[in-house]
Amino acid sequence: MKILLDAAQISNSLEYLAQCIAGAAGTGSDIGIIGIRSRGEILAQRVTKILAQKISKDVPCGTLDITLYRDDLNSPAGQEIPQVRSTEITFDISDKIIFLIDDVLYTGRSVRAALDALMDLGRPRAIRLAVLVERSGREYPIQADYVACSAKVDEGQFVQVKVVEVDGIDEVVVE
Amino acid sequence: MSKTETFKWNRKHLLGLMELSRQEIEYILDTAEGFREISTRSIKKAPPLRGKVVVNLFFEDSTRTRNSFTLAAERLSADVMQFSTKFSSVSKGETLLDTAKNLEAMGIDIVVIRHSAGGTAKLLSRTLNCAVVNAGDGYGEHPTQGLLDAFTIRQIKGSLEGLEVAIVGDIAHSRVARSNIWALTKLGANVTLVGPPTLMPPAVKQLPVKVSYSLDDVIDKVDVVNMLRIQFERLGSNPFPSIREYSHYFGLTLDRMKKAKPDIIVMHPGPINRGVEMESEVADGKNSVILKQVENGLAVRMAVLYLVNQASQELRNK
Repeated sequence: MKILLDAAQISNSLEYLAQCIAGAAGTGSDIGIIGIRSRGEILAQRVTKILAQKISKDVPCGTLDITLYRDDLNSPAGQEIPQVRSTEITFDISDKIIFLIDDVLYTGRSVRAALDALMDLGRPRAIRLAVLVERSGREYPIQADYVACSAKVDEGQFVQVKVVEVDGIDEVVVE
Repeated sequence: MSKTETFKWNRKHLLGLMELSRQEIEYILDTAEGFREISTRSIKKAPPLRGKVVVNLFFEDSTRTRNSFTLAAERLSADVMQFSTKFSSVSKGETLLDTAKNLEAMGIDIVVIRHSAGGTAKLLSRTLNCAVVNAGDGYGEHPTQGLLDAFTIRQIKGSLEGLEVAIVGDIAHSRVARSNIWALTKLGANVTLVGPPTLMPPAVKQLPVKVSYSLDDVIDKVDVVNMLRIQFERLGSNPFPSIREYSHYFGLTLDRMKKAKPDIIVMHPGPINRGVEMESEVADGKNSVILKQVENGLAVRMAVLYLVNQASQELRNK
């Protein structure tokens, strides 16, 4: 097990992502932050808090549950399917620039599912993808717009993001 | 509300709640919580049952349950086939199993069955390869009703632990009562059955409940009162002298409501015989959650269809 990011580095990374979003959003545009459950949810909430301070205005933040949109629900290749939980997006995503936040970009399948799930909720003006960690192993043609940490990880290794709220510690490890 | 995250659902059929553990019931309710949001969208659809076929095999009349299952399946993108005895070969003498096997030969994935004979769902689950969901079997069970009632109470009270619940009326003929008893007691509520002795099931002593023959004795003590419908179509002999006398002793009237706790939850599985089980003012009053029950029924049935499909998919893949 190797530590990829410690608590301070995670904090800096989220600061960086918030800075990117602030820059991209400009002053006038209508934006929303959406985290992919489960770790993306926590990261999105933290980024939103930092962003709100930076631009001195509240930004709507929601959580997307992509379980029903997974491409392995009815497939023999499927992994363990997590419990379905609620999508909690209380604002209208239509005509907004949506910043989608996830912990790790790996195969691209989660993001594909998230894009489909968002389509069922409305028609955003644009969707941008921001991730804490990006690694090789893409299976779908999906790339992130903002990456805080690009990790060199061997095939078969697993990047795990832990957050204080759920895991009791802020760190990213490679196993 | 997600204590059940590490639990794994593996039942391909939902036949009744008696055989389910507390954890399994909580897992369904927690999952249903996640499905509620879909019905609030402008596009009320999600894809998990895309390409799957659900058959509503109804040998008894139904509006709520059948429509609720249909809508639930459609919101999950399944194709739904409707079957009712009136317009089928059952009227030409085809047996239940032949009908079901023929439907299965067309490639269906989930059968939702309602039948006047107890045990029908179980019989189908042993015979067919597809998933089977019981939508009411005789005097047996009506599991999705028990689940949606538990879901509704939990939504309002936060938990069922230690709650006092009265189920009032025609217990003997009620599959709703049976499924309620299992769901509510497993989740920690204390259930009292209330009704005339003639409408109590013979084996009531073997159930984990108390029995009272007077609604007036219990109305001031309970947190929830679930009023059952008098099933005129199933009453063979005369279990009570007259409808008026029944509602005099066991009807939920405004007068009785005055004695109840101010936040008592009033439930009814529908269809209501207004003026018999309860006065209209009570059915439409501020304590009534009858329409909330219907709304929650949709989310609960979506969860059930989703879970049995997941489980049967995994069994097939093994």
